[in-house]
Amino acid sequence: MTPAGLEISGGETVLFWVIAPLMVLAALGLLFVKRAVHAAMCLVFVMVSMAILYIAQEAPFLGVVQVVVYTGAVMMLFLFVLMLVGVDASDSLTETIRGQRWIGLLIGIGLAVLLGAVVGRAAFPPAAGLNGGDPGGVANPQGLARVLFSQYVVAMEAVGVLLVTAAVGALVLTHRRRLTPKQDQRAVADARVRALPDGVVLTPLPSPGVYATSNAMDTPALGPDGEQVPQSVSRVLRIRGQEKAAPHAPGTELVETQAQVGGSRSTGTREGEA
Amino acid sequence: MNPVLLAEAAPGVAADFSQETIWASIVKAVLIVVFLLTSVLFAIWFERKVVARMQVRPGPNWHGPAGLLQSLADAMKLLLKEDMTVTRADRFVYLLAPMISVFCSLLVFAVIPFGPSLPFPWTDWTTPAQLTDFPVAVLYVLAAASLGVYGIVLGGWASGSTYPLLGSVRSTAQVISYELAMGLSLVSVFIMAGSMSTSQIVSSQTQIWWFIPLAPAFVIYVISMVGETNRLPFDLPEAEGELVSGYMTEYSSMKFAWFFLAEYINMLNVSAVCVTLFLGGWRAPVPDGFLGGALNEGWLPIIWFLVKLWAVMFFFVWVRGTLLRLRYDQFMVFGWKVLIPVALAWVVVLAVVQWLQRVQGMSFQQFVPVIIGVAVVFIAVMWFWPDKKAAPPGDGADKEPVDAFAGGFPVPPLPGEKLPPSKRFGKEVHGE
Repeated sequence: MTPAGLEISGGETVLFWVIAPLMVLAALGLLFVKRAVHAAMCLVFVMVSMAILYIAQEAPFLGVVQVVVYTGAVMMLFLFVLMLVGVDASDSLTETIRGQRWIGLLIGIGLAVLLGAVVGRAAFPPAAGLNGGDPGGVANPQGLARVLFSQYVVAMEAVGVLLVTAAVGALVLTHRRRLTPKQDQRAVADARVRALPDGVVLTPLPSPGVYATSNAMDTPALGPDGEQVPQSVSRVLRIRGQEKAAPHAPGTELVETQAQVGGSRSTGTREGEA
Repeated sequence: MNPVLLAEAAPGVAADFSQETIWASIVKAVLIVVFLLTSVLFAIWFERKVVARMQVRPGPNWHGPAGLLQSLADAMKLLLKEDMTVTRADRFVYLLAPMISVFCSLLVFAVIPFGPSLPFPWTDWTTPAQLTDFPVAVLYVLAAASLGVYGIVLGGWASGSTYPLLGSVRSTAQVISYELAMGLSLVSVFIMAGSMSTSQIVSSQTQIWWFIPLAPAFVIYVISMVGETNRLPFDLPEAEGELVSGYMTEYSSMKFAWFFLAEYINMLNVSAVCVTLFLGGWRAPVPDGFLGGALNEGWLPIIWFLVKLWAVMFFFVWVRGTLLRLRYDQFMVFGWKVLIPVALAWVVVLAVVQWLQRVQGMSFQQFVPVIIGVAVVFIAVMWFWPDKKAAPPGDGADKEPVDAFAGGFPVPPLPGEKLPPSKRFGKEVHGE
């Protein structure tokens, strides 16, 4: 590897011509796909391809950090918001500013012309590699660390402080003052024990009865004394009046219930009414 | 991407890839994939058998000797099952998600060294027993892991159903937060080894394996690796009791099998990283220079590596057979308020120690009184630190409820004020 010129290997050329068109397609996809999550996927593809190109161009640290930081953390947060807020539907096409589409198009064309002119007139010196022939150059982690923590240490620290400030600011803005003391597991347990005289049960409520002739949810269980246990049926069902009688509860007829058409509530044949 | 190019540009890498041809790389890549797939089949059998032993039952023992072919039968069953796509699914992403999971999980083993350079008998040709290595190989492992999360997130979202979405959101939060702790624990290995290349890290462990001097980082890594792979006791994304089976709920047949495969390969991945970074990699468990180093040469180190790998896998299974699942909030609090601060503090302490030893040239003997002094001060401060005042009991419980609508529109209660109970609270059946 000489500083004067670096031979670009055939493998790297092939890699570039395979990945670059796909990247352009994905970038266009970002503009034209309808669903927000698909657009995010296109962006992820562009980021990962870019990381691959960085690695091929002797900057493995940059490539890997691009994936870890941008794809793994930042883009993941974007995706989180997209999925949870449910920006599922396609974008609205109504113009909020009159003629916004044409203004956008004009500015876009202007930018494209400008970029084209600049890139077209640029003259590229022969490739030297990121290290420029220097084995301790910025491409390897040690060289990079040396530059970052000596020459640019103030900038690094300033950026760090900025980011921490932003994070703390977000925490402060979303912080809510707790008005009542926090109910932890012990407090809840103590409160339930204190409420014992008021008829609160410590154990879970009995589950509904399971019988051969009825579904379990709406049929009360029978206690050891043979009486129905009303708490075994969900409170909601009881309020709606949808609970049935247990088929073997005292005072209910056993076989005859089947014969009674439109039988009363205690016989357990109220399906038709619900 | 280009091993030859990278090896030239990589001064901090111990393995020598300068003789590597493209065919050797292809053969190694295929061997790694075959190794991973067969290991997964073995791991499923291993896990079921070990858990069964711990629960005093025989485990799978019907297909093949000692039930070894059980996982093969399971795989066949999954292959032949009906492949369903749920109606509300986003078809493309639904199909893509398990592929991303498997693809990313296969990436990690490319940088894991199975051994030193392997000699081939009757030739003078040797090759490093790893596919590739470069100065930031361990960061690459983290990158592959963070891409793998996309499979889970997109799988949960694309299913178009509530439980998978909740499972995938949980999983993402979990993997991202535990990846922070994991990365911080790896930093201490980077500081000690002076490199992020896996082969260099292994060759820096000739004197002592890093899990002894870096015990706190090792413990943090082990905890976060279980969290990272969504295994019990941290398997909240697929907690059956709460979320059916999380992001995999709507997947069936081969697509489900891919997720399953990715999960087990990820277990192998984190175990291999653990072995490479903390447990001496392929080094034999004997002192340096034992038998003239004969145990660390040739093909033998592959056996040491595999033994250590399966020891860590056994630990995974052991934990699963022993511990209960955590509650989700406890789990996140543990990650953010315990693991990450401890890992950060440890990195700072280690950096200061390294600075004193390397830059200031302090010897270990000079260092002992400093450590004792710091420990004494710390204990003294903790001893005299005032206790947190308990919250006054019965706060606001006996006060009169305020009328939130007194000003014409609802206002939230001020501290100490109490709202009247909701009209819907404790509503009972009429007539009772």
